[in-house]
Amino acid sequence: MATQKDRYQNRTEILQGTLDLLILQTLQWAPRHGYALSKAIRTNSGEILKVDTGSLYPALHRLERKGWIAAEWRKSEVGPRLRVYRLTKSGLRQLQSERSRWQRLMEAIGGVLKAGKKESEA
Amino acid sequence: MTLPLWGRKRRNEDLEEEIQAHLTLAEREELESGRSKKEARAAARREFGNVGLAEETTRDIWGWRWLADFVQDAGYAFRTMGRQPGFVAVALLTLALGIGATTVMFTVINGVLLKPLPYPEPDRLVMVHGHSDTWNTAAYGEQNLAYLDFLDCQREGRTLEMAGSVYTGGTVSKPGDPEYVDLREISPELFSVLKVPLLHGRAFLREESQPGAAPVVILGYSFWQRHFAGNPRAIGQSLVLDTKSHTIVGIAPARFQLYGAEPDVFTPAGQDTAAYMRSRGPHPVGTVARLRPGATLAEAQAELALIARHLSEQYADTNAGRTFKVQEWHPDVGDVQPTLWLLLAAVSLVLLIACVNVASLLLARAISRERELAMRVALGAGRGRLVRQCLTESALLGLCGGVLGILLANLGIRPFVQFWPGSLPRAEEVQLDWHVLLFALAASLLSGLLFGLAPALRAPTVNVEQILRGGARTIAGSARRLHSGFVISEIALAVVLLVAAGMLGRTLLRLSSLDPGMNVRNVLVTRMALSPATLADKGRIRAAWQDVLDRARQVPGVESVVTVDTVPMREGNNQIGYWTSPDVPPANKTPLALANSVSPDYLKVMGIPLREGRFFDDHDRVGSELVVVIDEVLAQQAFGGEDPIGKRLWIPGRDSPLSVGKNEADAVRIVGVVGHVRQWGPASDDQAQVRAQFYYPFAQVPDDLLRRWSELMSLAVRTRIPPINAVGPLRRELRGATGDQVLYEIHTMEQLARGTLARQRFLLLLFGVFAGLALLLACIGIYGVLAYLTGRRVPEMGIRMTLGASARDVMRLVLRESIGTIFAGVGAGILAALAAGRLLKHSVEGMQPAEPLTFAIMIAVLVAAALLASFVPARRASRVDPLVALKYE
Repeated sequence: MATQKDRYQNRTEILQGTLDLLILQTLQWAPRHGYALSKAIRTNSGEILKVDTGSLYPALHRLERKGWIAAEWRKSEVGPRLRVYRLTKSGLRQLQSERSRWQRLMEAIGGVLKAGKKESEA
Repeated sequence: MTLPLWGRKRRNEDLEEEIQAHLTLAEREELESGRSKKEARAAARREFGNVGLAEETTRDIWGWRWLADFVQDAGYAFRTMGRQPGFVAVALLTLALGIGATTVMFTVINGVLLKPLPYPEPDRLVMVHGHSDTWNTAAYGEQNLAYLDFLDCQREGRTLEMAGSVYTGGTVSKPGDPEYVDLREISPELFSVLKVPLLHGRAFLREESQPGAAPVVILGYSFWQRHFAGNPRAIGQSLVLDTKSHTIVGIAPARFQLYGAEPDVFTPAGQDTAAYMRSRGPHPVGTVARLRPGATLAEAQAELALIARHLSEQYADTNAGRTFKVQEWHPDVGDVQPTLWLLLAAVSLVLLIACVNVASLLLARAISRERELAMRVALGAGRGRLVRQCLTESALLGLCGGVLGILLANLGIRPFVQFWPGSLPRAEEVQLDWHVLLFALAASLLSGLLFGLAPALRAPTVNVEQILRGGARTIAGSARRLHSGFVISEIALAVVLLVAAGMLGRTLLRLSSLDPGMNVRNVLVTRMALSPATLADKGRIRAAWQDVLDRARQVPGVESVVTVDTVPMREGNNQIGYWTSPDVPPANKTPLALANSVSPDYLKVMGIPLREGRFFDDHDRVGSELVVVIDEVLAQQAFGGEDPIGKRLWIPGRDSPLSVGKNEADAVRIVGVVGHVRQWGPASDDQAQVRAQFYYPFAQVPDDLLRRWSELMSLAVRTRIPPINAVGPLRRELRGATGDQVLYEIHTMEQLARGTLARQRFLLLLFGVFAGLALLLACIGIYGVLAYLTGRRVPEMGIRMTLGASARDVMRLVLRESIGTIFAGVGAGILAALAAGRLLKHSVEGMQPAEPLTFAIMIAVLVAAALLASFVPARRASRVDPLVALKYE
């Protein structure tokens, strides 16, 4: 039972960090509802990143609870009411810091990969 | 995260809608890409994944998990309870009794001891007292202020708004039957200082508080109801008070109290021209004050000390050494405090026993539910979750018990307050309020936690498989020890209450058998107010009293009658310093004695034995030598073994009728010695600070003091018939020529004597009830635990009997175990009872120390009851049919 719990935490941690960044980034230019958001992420990543909807809505609500995004109901021309999310000011700050963190992480990983390449060449 | 339920519900709906919208949009897109409607829907679903899981995970984000769990637990708890109505009924009843009784006691304590003064902004109110080095505060209480001093302080003080009141009485002769009333002469500011608005009319004006101003009165609410039936048109009507017609200008609001009593009538203090209001010597003014905004108590104290110094320089002969004290004003509740806490402690013991009882019931249930719980662990429930569920159950049980308890308390409070011996101070403040509800809630939850914890912590952890696999027929040693622990503590608590009740019973027995020093049978005592017209005329007072005595003697059934100013065992006494030589030390250094001015037949009426010399006769009057008769205690204290007859006493003090000067000739001569009377009642007299007594003839009170003395006089009447039957004829016969002489506060001596033991009797009754309750609960507990434990051992008994044990052996086995437990409880109880006995001795007057006999009797009762409770299960065990027992599992 204990190992199961650890695995779960690992998975969410990785996903969570990245998913949060992706959501914030995608909301930066325009407010979107959940479906549009998941589509945007998929399209922008060249269909590589497919958002698991089972994680998307918990993530949206978690970010909302943290105050980084705000939600409101809007009428849509297609029929149902849509819950539309937008980035808040503190969400923008969070996005910036997440981005720089991501940047550093990428550089660090890139560094490691390059070093490995050199070593294997040598 | 205590969102209300509706918020949660709305969010759930929102979430559902949001996800539905997602699905709709996805479906629409699939449609647009050319699929059939059915295919589109399926694809959208597939794409999304598990809708329910997504919803649930999202809900968790909002932190309602605990709430959902709680609702689930509560529902589960209610369902389990519903399956065991018997258990639930017993547990709830036990708890309701415990919590109800505790709540009643707390309500009383809250009202009497904890609530602030019943005026607005009570924390800004203070009292002002006088103080001088020679004042004996222990004997006389705090010193009030002289009226003139009060006026000076009021005028000079910048930190305080002051108001004064003088306690006195008067006869209202119109409208209605003449009635002696509780009268307060007040300064006009009283109501404004207390911030209490009048119900009707107005307060006194400053110009009305002057000598010679038009007489005006304000009526107390109850008096107004009695005499004017609550008619607001009483304002402007006239009231004849002490023969003078007064105009009614105001009505005080309902329940307005001053120093714990509701006065009948108020008059302006400034109109009183009596000598004691126009001199700085006597100090009759009880003074209260409100701190002005920004002022502190320390500043007020400093300011009044300064004023006192100026006054002592200016009026050295009266004010030398006198200063003023500013103190916080706390409601005066007399000596009920220790009694109340004692009762709360006793009641808490009962609640504790109730909790232990429910705990052992729950534990027994928890053990039989072990398999159910183990099953739930096997299905994935965490231990914390199980503990929480068990605690939810017991908390709910506690709360339900608490609600029932509050309902019970609500019914019980009024009877309890009425049943209080004498009158409970601040009884009108005793009400269920949110403090009490909070207390009851806390008590219920705490009880729930207390009795729920042990069973909850037993929630299975490790050996789940074992429990599930093996039959639950074996009881782990720890559970048995826990059960015994419960029984032991129940018995110990019951011992404490039983021994306390036993001690009180013995004390009451001893106190009731004490000789009060007089014959209390067939004696009537009553206060008497002479006609106000007579009182106003010094020359007529003596004759009026003589007339009263002569007339009373003519009433059929009356044997003899006297005037007396302080009656034994009744509230009120007169403590006077005395000395056996002319060089009298300062007032607070002289020994004190209880002085009583009486007429000659006093010994005959009260049945007090004359030990030596003579009592008074008609020759002792103004002008003849001043004489006193002392009691045995004073004779012993002042003269040791010497014969006191013919010796003299010097009585210091300005206002005593016996202190004319400091010359040898002015001392009083002792002419007789009489038996000691238990003035303070049988319970308290032995420990009283002032026990010595002396009597002086009412006939020798000088003319100047006669009016004041007459205002305090009572009659004592020895009758041949039941004294109460003489009341009507006496009333009629003594009404006087003007029909406005009244008898009030009428008692028989027997009532007064019984009244002095009322508190002990009351405590005995309550402790008796508590102890009985404790005994009953303890027996139920013992029975329950034993029945349960032996029930679980049926197969074991079966084996024993198959192997040759007789029914008697089995019974002995069961009883031996319970006897061990009982005696362990008794042992612990004895130690606790010794400690409790000491506490009891400190808080109840005349309390006898706990002695072995009390212990022996009470413990015998308990052991007998406990054995009886264990006998039934033991017998049942011994009747087990071995064959059935072995097939039991």
